[in-house]
Amino acid sequence: MVRINVTVDGVRHSDDVDPRLLLVHYLRNRLGLVGTPVGCDTSNCGSCTVLVDNRSAKSCTMLAVQADGTEITTVQGLADGQWHPVQKAFHESHALQCGYCTPGMMLAAIDLLSENSDPSEEEIRHGLEGNLCRCTGYQNIVAAVRSAALAMGGAQPAAADQMRAEVAS
Amino acid sequence: MTATVDKAESVLGQPMRRKEDARLITGQTQWTDNVTLPGMVHMAVLRSPMAHARITRVDVTAARERPGVVAAYTGTDLADSWSSLPMAWTVSEDLKTPPHMPLASDKVRYVGDGVAVVIATDPYAAADALEAIEADYEPLPAVVDMPAALADGAPLVHDDIPNNRCFTFRQDWGDFNATRARADVVLKRRFYNQRLIPNAMEPRSVVVAPTSATGQATIWSATQVPHFVRIFLALNTGVPEHQIRVIAPDVGGGFGSKLDIYAEEVIAFVVARKLGKPVKWTETRSENYQATIHGRDVIQEVELTATADGRVLGLKVDLTADMGGYLQLLTPSIPLLGRYMYPGIYKFEAHTLTCQGVFTNKTPTDAYRGAGRPEATFVIERIIDELAAELSMDPIEVRRRNWIRHEEFPYTTVVGLTYDSGNYEAATARALELFRYDELRREQAERRDRGDTVQLGLGTSTYTEMCGLAPSRWLGETGYAAGGWESATVRMLATGRVEVVTGTSPHGQGHETTFAQIAANSLGVPYDDVDVIHGDTLTAPIGLDTYGSRSLAVGGVAVQMAAQKVVEKARALASHLMEVDPGDLEFQAGAFRVKGTPGAEKSIQEIAFGAFAAHSLPDGMQPVLTADHIVDPEVFSYPHGTHLCAVEVDTETGLTKIRSYVAVDDVGKVVNPMIVDGQVHGGVAQGIAQALFEEAVYDDDGNLISGTMVDYLVPTALDLPAFVTDRTETPATTNPLGVKGVGEAGTIASTPAVVNAVVDAVRPFGISDVQMPCTPERVWRAIQQGRAAGGPAPKGTIAYGGPQTATTAGGAE
Repeated sequence: MVRINVTVDGVRHSDDVDPRLLLVHYLRNRLGLVGTPVGCDTSNCGSCTVLVDNRSAKSCTMLAVQADGTEITTVQGLADGQWHPVQKAFHESHALQCGYCTPGMMLAAIDLLSENSDPSEEEIRHGLEGNLCRCTGYQNIVAAVRSAALAMGGAQPAAADQMRAEVAS
Repeated sequence: MTATVDKAESVLGQPMRRKEDARLITGQTQWTDNVTLPGMVHMAVLRSPMAHARITRVDVTAARERPGVVAAYTGTDLADSWSSLPMAWTVSEDLKTPPHMPLASDKVRYVGDGVAVVIATDPYAAADALEAIEADYEPLPAVVDMPAALADGAPLVHDDIPNNRCFTFRQDWGDFNATRARADVVLKRRFYNQRLIPNAMEPRSVVVAPTSATGQATIWSATQVPHFVRIFLALNTGVPEHQIRVIAPDVGGGFGSKLDIYAEEVIAFVVARKLGKPVKWTETRSENYQATIHGRDVIQEVELTATADGRVLGLKVDLTADMGGYLQLLTPSIPLLGRYMYPGIYKFEAHTLTCQGVFTNKTPTDAYRGAGRPEATFVIERIIDELAAELSMDPIEVRRRNWIRHEEFPYTTVVGLTYDSGNYEAATARALELFRYDELRREQAERRDRGDTVQLGLGTSTYTEMCGLAPSRWLGETGYAAGGWESATVRMLATGRVEVVTGTSPHGQGHETTFAQIAANSLGVPYDDVDVIHGDTLTAPIGLDTYGSRSLAVGGVAVQMAAQKVVEKARALASHLMEVDPGDLEFQAGAFRVKGTPGAEKSIQEIAFGAFAAHSLPDGMQPVLTADHIVDPEVFSYPHGTHLCAVEVDTETGLTKIRSYVAVDDVGKVVNPMIVDGQVHGGVAQGIAQALFEEAVYDDDGNLISGTMVDYLVPTALDLPAFVTDRTETPATTNPLGVKGVGEAGTIASTPAVVNAVVDAVRPFGISDVQMPCTPERVWRAIQQGRAAGGPAPKGTIAYGGPQTATTAGGAE
């Protein structure tokens, strides 16, 4: 057993863990933070994406011990009294259907927007390449990220945004 | 658009934001794998590493000694605890349904067939202990290839089923041979709808809590069909249905793969009752690839007869369909679900369909989004393009000459189905306009003239489909064990809120939103006051669940009918309370008003409180404003549409890139356009994935080569284009909402549109087909073979670039 200290969604935890315990299982089974789901076993799908020190990481590819000393944000820590602009945009743009990929997709999007506050459609598609969705065909996810960028003030409205706004109304 | 619509304004047809989203975007979702119960233990399944072998020994003794292990069982240990898993569709008299035990004890029949289970206090301990199980096998030759499986002398998957033939089926409508005798053109093609892995993002999971010694149990399952699961467990174990509660909590996608009764549901049920402890099993993704059903895998030999001016006469289709190692719930019916769809939207004189089902040593197949209808649509839409090429006609023009014209509805097709409504001209005209078809054809010709490395191809699919599974009588006639009705309850509560209970069981479709819209519209109450309850056999005891694009066209109609019954009861009570004749009351925007007397009104929510308090009811009226309704439609629903795809194919690398994709669908009346668009986006994405990316590949020994997400290409955001979607609206005339199904339409439509585009791009190289998925390697090889066989088609032929005909320029006829 190895002692780790992590802050998850603003709460500090100190736990003894098996060295082989995956971070996602630590979050789900030890801390009960089941908002972060597991979709595969080869780190392809990205469903389990969380932010580790503000960078997106697939929590199935990290051991809990590797997270020692870090600050982790899961989907359950995103809303701060009110929904994060990305959560709001996913809802408004109908960027989710079954919702299984959604936590990971939103956290990957937040990481993308922290690096590039005004991403083009192509850049969004590149940025989310590590996260699979089987329901939406990605169309509304791309639109949601674009609209979150506008809402967060980092992006200038483009012609495409205007078209999307008209379609959505 | 905001999520709240004024009470007076109809919410039907509005893009209401989804009620489901709040929990899904905040991580408050209840997936089955999230369920944790006191004393819960974890199950892991030992699976066969061989495709075909006799089991000579399975010894779990050492596994039982491993730390944390509570129990371990072989198939033999539990053989008396269960019977065969169910198969519900007897498609022919000669159908062979071999026993399918939850754990194999004599032979294994595919890589992934379960042979033993370990139960431990921790999932890691359970997985570790699998390694301590000693399993010995005597390998047998694997049966992988369908034609080889049918050959005399082939190894037998099931010892008593000769030639591995599961069933044969033949149906003739009209005289196909007579059309051949008259035809100017006879086209023959062999298509292959490859094997696909459904890939719902949530892996399957089941938790069973045995809550009493009498056998009462609660089962959480990531299933599309909680009601089916309850019926089967009751039949299989003798436990009365009221003691079995099946909950499908939030379910993360299904696409048909969760429309089944799976071995692990039964094993977990049996083991939990044996141990008296809650048991959880959740599959890994790699396990999902082996042990959750696959889709498609049908060889299609096609023959089309036509006249020289492009009129189709007859269609003959011979199917060979891979069942896999066993029959799951609906396995043999899937290739035949498309049996009536091969003629598509065209006026044929004759159609012959044959089908044989084949056992192989592969994962069982079953329903995958579209289930039989994508296969049919692929054939008809591909061969119509081939006919156009053969006759040097534009593919749109060939379709126009043969499709059912809008004034001809209702139209009974050659196979006897009556399409109630449709307007193929309007959908096609709109699609051509959005696509800029003429411009793209011109650009295609220019690129061919220049001999560009990157060539342009245009593909069309003017599909229809039959959905809204449903008519119980039809289902019975085709050998299905159950019906296709659906139930709803609408209750108005004392608080004024409305509960809608549906027997459908959503897993991403948004029923909590759309069904609330239907009820809010009928009752005239605010959308925010309506809650939809589903997916739990305790709270929604009567239902037949969600698949086959049935939820709205069957379940939604049941909601509408139940809500109307509530309004009628409310009218009687309003008349009593307001002391007026019911005929003098009008009901509008949720209130009963006395005609011609302004101000005299009572809202339906006030009436609901009156019905709850029951202080003053008319004689004979029961308290509480509630109504049930069960709908069993007499016919299917027939959505249709025109999908157009433009691809750029790099002739040096074979890489295909989708340049534009236009989908104009007609799904009748739309309850929520935002959700309909979402269904189309996702459906089109899955159809494109079949056309270009996905295939479950087995080696000669029956090993699944594409056994993980690393090897099986589920498309990412980067692999897919932005789609242009639009709709025409021709209401269904066969249900009161005027709706048609939409869940499968995009998948059914898109695959042939994309492959037609790929073939169109490279047809000048003498290519008339590229097998799916049209990977760069396959396209490149096709080009090399085409060049070797004689090279580009001559200028001036349609294969070269195609002359534009006057009637292809758009505009409804």
